[in-house]
Amino acid sequence: MFSKILIANRGEIACRIIKTARRMGIRTVAVFSEADRDALHVEMADEAVFVGPAPAAQSYLVIEKIIEACLQTGAEAVHPGYGFLSERAAFAEALAAAGIVFIGPNPKAIEAMGDKIESKKFANAAKVSTVPGFLGVIESPEQAVRIADEIGYPVMIKASAGGGGKGMRIAYSAAEVAEGFARARSEAASSFGDDRVFVEKFITDPRHIEIQVIGDKHGNVVYLGERECSIQRRNQKVIEEAPSPLLDEATRRKMGEQAVALAKAVNYDSAGTVEFVAGQDRSFYFLEMNTRLQVEHPVTEMITGIDLVEEMIRIAAGEKLRFTQDDIRLDGWAIESRIYAEDPTRGFLPSTGRLVTYRPPAEGEDDGARVRNDSGVVEGGEISIYYDPMIAKLITHAPTRAAAIEAQQRALDAFAIDGIRHNIPFLSALMAHPRWQEGRLSTGFIAEEFPDGFAMPKPEGEVAIRLAAVAAAVDHLLNERKRRISGQMRSARPVRFERERVVMLGREALEITVDDSDGHLALVFADGRRVSVESSWRPGQPVWQGRVDGKTIAVQVRPILNGVALAHAGTAAEARVYTRREAELAALMPEKVAADTSKQLLCPMPGLVKAIAVAEGQEVKAGETLAIVEAMKMENVLKAERDGMVSKIHAKEGDSLAVDAVILEFA
Amino acid sequence: MKDILEKLEERRAGARIGGGEKRIAAQHARGKLTARERIELLLDKGSFEEFDMFVEHRCVDFGMEGTKFPGDGVVTGWGTINGRTVFVFAKDFTVFGGSLSETHAQKITKIQDMAVKMRAPIIGLFDAGGARIQEGVAALGGYGEVFKRNVIASGVIPQISVIMGPCAGGDVYSPAMTDFIFMVRDTSYMFVTGPDVVKTVTNETVTAEELGGAKVHTTKSSVADGAWDNDVEALLQVRRLMDFLPSNNTEGVPEWPTDDPADRVEMSLDTLVPDNPNKPYDMKELVLKVADEGDFFEIQEAYAKNIITGFIRLEGRTVGVVANQPMVLAGVLDADASRKAARFVRFCDAFEIPILTFVDVPGFLPGTAQEYGGLIKHGAKLLYAYSEATVPLVTVITRKAFGGAYDVMASKHVGGDVNYAWPTAQIAVMGAKGAVEIIFRQDIGDAEKIAARTKQYEDRFMSPFVAAERGYIDEVIMPHSTRRRVARAFAMLRTKKAERPWRKHDNIPL
Repeated sequence: MFSKILIANRGEIACRIIKTARRMGIRTVAVFSEADRDALHVEMADEAVFVGPAPAAQSYLVIEKIIEACLQTGAEAVHPGYGFLSERAAFAEALAAAGIVFIGPNPKAIEAMGDKIESKKFANAAKVSTVPGFLGVIESPEQAVRIADEIGYPVMIKASAGGGGKGMRIAYSAAEVAEGFARARSEAASSFGDDRVFVEKFITDPRHIEIQVIGDKHGNVVYLGERECSIQRRNQKVIEEAPSPLLDEATRRKMGEQAVALAKAVNYDSAGTVEFVAGQDRSFYFLEMNTRLQVEHPVTEMITGIDLVEEMIRIAAGEKLRFTQDDIRLDGWAIESRIYAEDPTRGFLPSTGRLVTYRPPAEGEDDGARVRNDSGVVEGGEISIYYDPMIAKLITHAPTRAAAIEAQQRALDAFAIDGIRHNIPFLSALMAHPRWQEGRLSTGFIAEEFPDGFAMPKPEGEVAIRLAAVAAAVDHLLNERKRRISGQMRSARPVRFERERVVMLGREALEITVDDSDGHLALVFADGRRVSVESSWRPGQPVWQGRVDGKTIAVQVRPILNGVALAHAGTAAEARVYTRREAELAALMPEKVAADTSKQLLCPMPGLVKAIAVAEGQEVKAGETLAIVEAMKMENVLKAERDGMVSKIHAKEGDSLAVDAVILEFA
Repeated sequence: MKDILEKLEERRAGARIGGGEKRIAAQHARGKLTARERIELLLDKGSFEEFDMFVEHRCVDFGMEGTKFPGDGVVTGWGTINGRTVFVFAKDFTVFGGSLSETHAQKITKIQDMAVKMRAPIIGLFDAGGARIQEGVAALGGYGEVFKRNVIASGVIPQISVIMGPCAGGDVYSPAMTDFIFMVRDTSYMFVTGPDVVKTVTNETVTAEELGGAKVHTTKSSVADGAWDNDVEALLQVRRLMDFLPSNNTEGVPEWPTDDPADRVEMSLDTLVPDNPNKPYDMKELVLKVADEGDFFEIQEAYAKNIITGFIRLEGRTVGVVANQPMVLAGVLDADASRKAARFVRFCDAFEIPILTFVDVPGFLPGTAQEYGGLIKHGAKLLYAYSEATVPLVTVITRKAFGGAYDVMASKHVGGDVNYAWPTAQIAVMGAKGAVEIIFRQDIGDAEKIAARTKQYEDRFMSPFVAAERGYIDEVIMPHSTRRRVARAFAMLRTKKAERPWRKHDNIPL
């Protein structure tokens, strides 16, 4: 076994690999760029080597620098993680030339699977089910129709050089094929200057299902079940699970065996993933093979109990697989949410900045489920523009899918992040989505269910009752504390609070009575329903955890003026708890119209314009940089507050502006 | 007997209705509450004890003898906020537009006298049209009596003014002499002379909102210390503020139990100050992470944002916070920021509220606008305020403490009791570049030499250690331990006694 390995990566995956290495008694070397000086992976590793400027192309992706770092520290092997150099055959070869072990498959396997055509050929040879189609060049509409008839409808006509949906046509009949062929060809010619098109079967409502395989250097390959990653946004996976709610045992075995056959065909000798596209009828077709550890590998680890990183390291060190196919048991259900620094309410625009608050839920057992959080950041860390905006992967494991979803929901509710925008509200709403809960998935799920983007829903029904109860419990706790303030008038007993209260959830009023007469807090609603509340929450904590009506829940609580902003189960509301009289008088208050949405960007301070980042007539998205103003030698980046078009620019670089001077105007 | 008792109830009911149902409805239609409704919201339920409910004016001119309302346009009395005694007067806009008559003023001065005698805070709710013109000089006399008492009470009991409607002419000067003025957005305004007079005298056309609305007074004039969206929001926030304030200048700050550990470690503070010295960071994060439960009541939030002032609690006890804000103008001290902080420091000192100061200041703001605007005297106010303070002063320098501004910001020299610095602190006369260009003027033009000199200066002075070597900094502390260190310092300082020689009063550079 190695005594020291280098991790040629950053962020959560570097941290995750270091954890396993440490458990195995292997010393670790981290590499870091200028932007990652204070990063968690640097702190966690036994040693760290600086590899260059922030852009990955000048640091994490420079093979010579990584090899130099190995030689300098005496690392015997390199784990590449995912992304960066993980699927570069040249990297594996360069390491081998330097006498360093690559913790991953052999370069030939990487190369074979890295090429789309090549990998399909291997797949065909290994009798792996591939999407029926004709890979050669099609000369005429008649030929296209003939091929389509053979494959079966619907079919997809695609430009060979294609991408981005251009030159793509779906055809449901021979007539449509003939017409689509001509159109696709001319579109391909005009878009790519290459009019070659091919035809393949179109899978309606496809699902993304992948098989985890692992092989050693002794010819053994085993599959570790599947993962379903159908919840994607613009081809970026958002939620993954294992197993897949679609598969039955027979399909699972068929897919697994095909994946193993493919892996054996290329002498695969590490952890890898064979990706399939699956129809709702459980038909499945090979897409590609990823010759690395996948981002979503933890869900497989949770249901198999196998640490994939440990096995990769052992295999790289020459050990034989420690299990056979018969040893593999899939236990329970695991779900992973990818937490990204992006604003779901503003078109998922990336968000960067300081993590003012970062409090993940506790890892380990939670009410019969297990919570795991793979993360590479800490509170006070910086989310920079240079790398992937993924902050963490939150994984829950439970005996059933429903329980795993519930645990995931609760863990998301307990995950407090502030300082940057993040997608937890969106993930939380996904977990609460009935179609997701029923497992009726397809890769079009997000586009279909959120056609107009995402807006945080208001709480309703049971969730509203729960949130009202939490708001009332918070208010009660604060009131009980106020009763203990010093300096009260000398009288028989401290001030008392009214028990009859009104919880305002947004504009909705819920009348309640607070009852703690038997020492336990309960809230009695207008219909007589009694909701008990227990919690160890204390003021200042960002997450309220406890039991409401016997159910264990977590709720985000953020203090606002005279109330709390609550977020829970994919919903959000501002809550204010009033006495009956306060509520009555509050009802007399006029609703404020939204503040004047001024169409100007004003200079927030006297300063010097360092840069104007936009031009007149340019469309800008919320969060985009508009201008940079230097004041007192500090550069202040002014960003667009919402989407719009720049109609006029009043200032130019080098201008000295007074406070509130108009820099530019929006249409 | 029963008849007599009923008669009382009848008279009370007559008084409570103020200017009548119609006027109450009109008040509501304007988005405002009545004086009695406001008092209900401000005080603990059932705690209000009204005085002078049956007082009526004595004016006989202009047919006034025929129009009388019991209470005469102001509701006065006392009650409790979370069990603590406060005195209250609330102008009743439904009666004579809340205008001030001789008897109306007497009701207020009675409450003022009692508040001082009882050493309990007084809160005034303003919504009125100024002096009652029909009474003439009698009303003016009434104003004078109120003003005089405002001054006598100043520094003895907290005086809070909430502007919840018009407040013009003579009415503005009583609030102006109280400790804090708060306003309600869109429904309140304050000015000495209204838009009509302005138009006549200066020919300026201006609306009441533009002349004296909440936005003007919280961002431009600094007359108001804060503003809220409506009456309910405002009155509940005043209750919240009162939980921070002592009842008077001898009783000390209020205290309540907290479960927030005083030794709470905040590792994220270790990365608060960016590596790049020209990159701003948000000082409020430090304030919130040091405070009990992250609870911060900010004063003058919208004005001179380059300095932050407000109240927090440490171990359940109120502390005033003054902090430079690097996010705005690099946290520089200008005339506005100096005045804002000076007034806050003096309030805290007057009422025995300990002061925590966070320093990241590059100096005073240069420029003709500042010098012509009297930066010297305004800056001196803050220096003066800190120097005269006898309350516990704990100071933490997070980054820059340059030049005279270093001295001003509660340095050891002007009376800081416990002065800490983070390892990132730079305590020096000025930044390295400027210093080198002066000290090594002969080397200007030789980039290499200048670079070497700059490095030399940075190594020597751009740290807390030169100051620490001299004892100007008591200790260099880890940022993550700031809450614990500061809380312990204040705990130790609770027995602080500082004597000053007798004088009639000081002479702060006004």
